[in-house]
Amino acid sequence: MLGEQILKGMAVTARNFFGSYVSKDRLTTVQYPEQRLPQKANTRQFPMLVYDGDPEKGLRCVACTICEKECPPQVIYIVKSKDKKPDYKGQPQLYPAVFDIDISVCMSCSICVEVCPFESIKMNTEFELSTDNRFEDLLLHKQDLAKPNEYYHQIHPDEANESDAVLAAEKAKAEAKAKAAAEAKAAADAKAKAAADAPAAPAATTTTTSPAPITPKPDAAAASATKL
Amino acid sequence: MSALAELPPKNFEVMPKLDHAGEPMGELLEVSMGPHHPSTHGVFRMDVVLDGEEVVKLKPVFGYLHRNHEKIGENISYLSSMPYTDRLDYFCSMTNNWAYALTIERLAGLAVPERAEYIRVIMAELTRLQNHTCLIGFFVQDMGALGTPMMYAFREREKILDLFEAVSGARMMCNYMRFGGVRVDVDDAWLAQAKKVTDEYGKFLDEFETFLSANEILLARTQGVGVIPRELAINASITGPMLRAAGVDYDLRKVDKYGIYGRFEFKVPLGEHSDIYDRYMVRVLEMRESIKILQQALAAIPAGPFMDPKAKLRGFRPKPGEVYGRVEGPKGELGFYIISDGSPNPYRYRVRPPSFINLTILEDMCLGHKVADAVVILGSVDIVLGEVDR
Repeated sequence: MLGEQILKGMAVTARNFFGSYVSKDRLTTVQYPEQRLPQKANTRQFPMLVYDGDPEKGLRCVACTICEKECPPQVIYIVKSKDKKPDYKGQPQLYPAVFDIDISVCMSCSICVEVCPFESIKMNTEFELSTDNRFEDLLLHKQDLAKPNEYYHQIHPDEANESDAVLAAEKAKAEAKAKAAAEAKAAADAKAKAAADAPAAPAATTTTTSPAPITPKPDAAAASATKL
Repeated sequence: MSALAELPPKNFEVMPKLDHAGEPMGELLEVSMGPHHPSTHGVFRMDVVLDGEEVVKLKPVFGYLHRNHEKIGENISYLSSMPYTDRLDYFCSMTNNWAYALTIERLAGLAVPERAEYIRVIMAELTRLQNHTCLIGFFVQDMGALGTPMMYAFREREKILDLFEAVSGARMMCNYMRFGGVRVDVDDAWLAQAKKVTDEYGKFLDEFETFLSANEILLARTQGVGVIPRELAINASITGPMLRAAGVDYDLRKVDKYGIYGRFEFKVPLGEHSDIYDRYMVRVLEMRESIKILQQALAAIPAGPFMDPKAKLRGFRPKPGEVYGRVEGPKGELGFYIISDGSPNPYRYRVRPPSFINLTILEDMCLGHKVADAVVILGSVDIVLGEVDR
């Protein structure tokens, strides 16, 4: 019969229409902004700069400009500082005097996040950014971009934990290295001192009193000990 | 000053129609369809010359969405081009990513871990599902079925986009694949959700087919319309479902067996009449094959690393050379041709866009049909202007 298949098709329409009153699968619309869907864990919108503690001093960014170079639409603008301030490891580092991102051009690709070696630039999930000024309000400065680490933990818990772990490992490594360097220096000093006043017996006390949990050069220490 | 000079420029022109002897017999009407015509799938213009309602000449005009993609690709680093490939064919960012990543991996000699290969196949087949579903929705809308089929298609597409968002962070501009693997790993909850979506997709396709496949109006509008002869399809280097609808057995997943497609069991659906209905049917059958591939891949995905440890993000400089990599995108053969001179940027970056090349024989398909059919024929080509204009 001509039109039979059209009627069958209309039966499908009817099933979907009436089904939308009973089945959640057939009614997927959400009444935004009254209703909102939960955000996905990896959601990304625009970049932000993470800081620990103080928004000015605790900024993790060291103005290395890798993100500026890698950014596909070239929307990041960084001016390096003239002076240095200590970073989380205690090393003196540059900081960005100016850090601007033009989010009207940014395409939310997260390349900057991937290339950042300092766990500093991360993706924000804020998306309700509409404004009536398309120039100044969409050019985010350092103050607008800076977000505390707690906020980062709130929006991307897993990612933030990973990033904290990376930083802690880096810090531990740096501390161990500093300690090792200090001990090596102490050992070298002691050795030099021992060599300088070898006949004097009290020199032995200087080496034995310095405890060495992690000895950088055990052979050197042992050599100096056996020499004494 | 005459009143005519103040009128806006006409978007049609009347030309004299000549008979065989060169004598005038009536008039031809030249109409400019587009670039903002709702049926042209973006900013695309067709200059059609009409004899009554019949198309006697057609000139596709494009370039309204030209963004200098290839030149931008030569001026930024290899990695930075990856998000731009999302914007080529914005319906299938995953397969675009894969084509580009595959090309650079071939250039730099990177190996892809097993798990990443499986993830790539899953993403590509999900992309194929959502692209074909939406395409059918769009072109049925071109026929006048306003809204309903397209809304059903979009409802299903949403489930797949949710999967993409959960893993890559973005719904359409995924920017997910990297040279030597993928950006983030998928977890078990995601795989379970993907399995659920895949298993339910067959049911949706059954319903969709009951709705459309045998519909008398659809049959009347599509059968015998927009036929491409087999030889013309081959000579014009048409690829993808359009070529297979013409009965040519050419699917890069079978021909190249790139990635791990050699391991999966699936068939390549072929058409017989090369008309719009065959193109529709080939796509429906391809979706069913995609579901089979997805089920096999989701069952067999191994644990392990998802990134080649040799791959590096910063300071990526492949050795000099040239390479062409291609994948079977949902629209056809998507290829990237790259020449490297050893610097951080490609020396030459060229895209072979499937929908652009499929569009070149639009006039051959449309001649002799009514102007309303020209719209449906354009819909069946499956173009995305982001890719046509680049």
